[in-house]
Amino acid sequence: MLAKRRTLSLAKRGFDFEIFMWLFVRLSALAMYLFALIGLVGALIMGARTQVNFADLMRWTFMPDSNHVLMNTTLNNIANLDVWVTLFWKIMGSLFVTFAAAHGLHGLLSVVEDYLKNSAVRRFLRYFVLVLTVVGIAIAIYVVWTK
Amino acid sequence: MGLKRDVSLKDFLRYKGKGPMLTFILHRIGGLGMVTFVGLHVLASFVGGRVGPAINLIYENWIFQIVVFFCVLFHVINGLRIVILDLWPKLIEHQREAIWLEWMIFLPVYGMAVYVIVNTALGG
Repeated sequence: MLAKRRTLSLAKRGFDFEIFMWLFVRLSALAMYLFALIGLVGALIMGARTQVNFADLMRWTFMPDSNHVLMNTTLNNIANLDVWVTLFWKIMGSLFVTFAAAHGLHGLLSVVEDYLKNSAVRRFLRYFVLVLTVVGIAIAIYVVWTK
Repeated sequence: MGLKRDVSLKDFLRYKGKGPMLTFILHRIGGLGMVTFVGLHVLASFVGGRVGPAINLIYENWIFQIVVFFCVLFHVINGLRIVILDLWPKLIEHQREAIWLEWMIFLPVYGMAVYVIVNTALGG
């Protein structure tokens, strides 16, 4: 018996903004797993196994901002502070926060839209979230580079 | 084009989706939690002054960190299941097994994180 194909080809499915965002949410999630993995492996290379406690290592993994490991000076015993505050980690942090904000605020929109019936309000909300995302990313990148 | 998305609170509470429904709800709670708490934390770090550090003091409190860790870790681990099942739709047949696997990963990782947070907070 021939197995029935349950997926449509891309041409038949159409490719509009909704589908683009559906795909973006999945792919940005995958990108963030990659960033988290780079953060985790990088931290272990920099000596996190003995110098950083597990919870702070996780905070670093999900956002490679030096405050997340340098803050707890009583718990963490970091030998070389400089390697945690480099251009590479600032770029990684900016990328992470860009994907996280776009992914998260689009998620917020899709949750809120599930409970909204008024289409005018929904349309307004889409633009509002778009502005919020751009402003949020700008603020977050500013924080990453200056604090 | 108006979509009908009307589900009353009564119907919502009566719907018994079991495991998959639970992950759906927790995924939403975790996602909204992250947008709210992490967003506020970033904003607090941005504004500085007296308000910023006060908000971050609450955010970095160990009790609050337990909540944040739940949001992040559940969303991340459940999200990986969703991504894998969505991008390879054939695997959707095994979604219940995937959910069991997910809990088997989430519980030890989250448990370990909570253990470390509580241990350092109380025994410090």
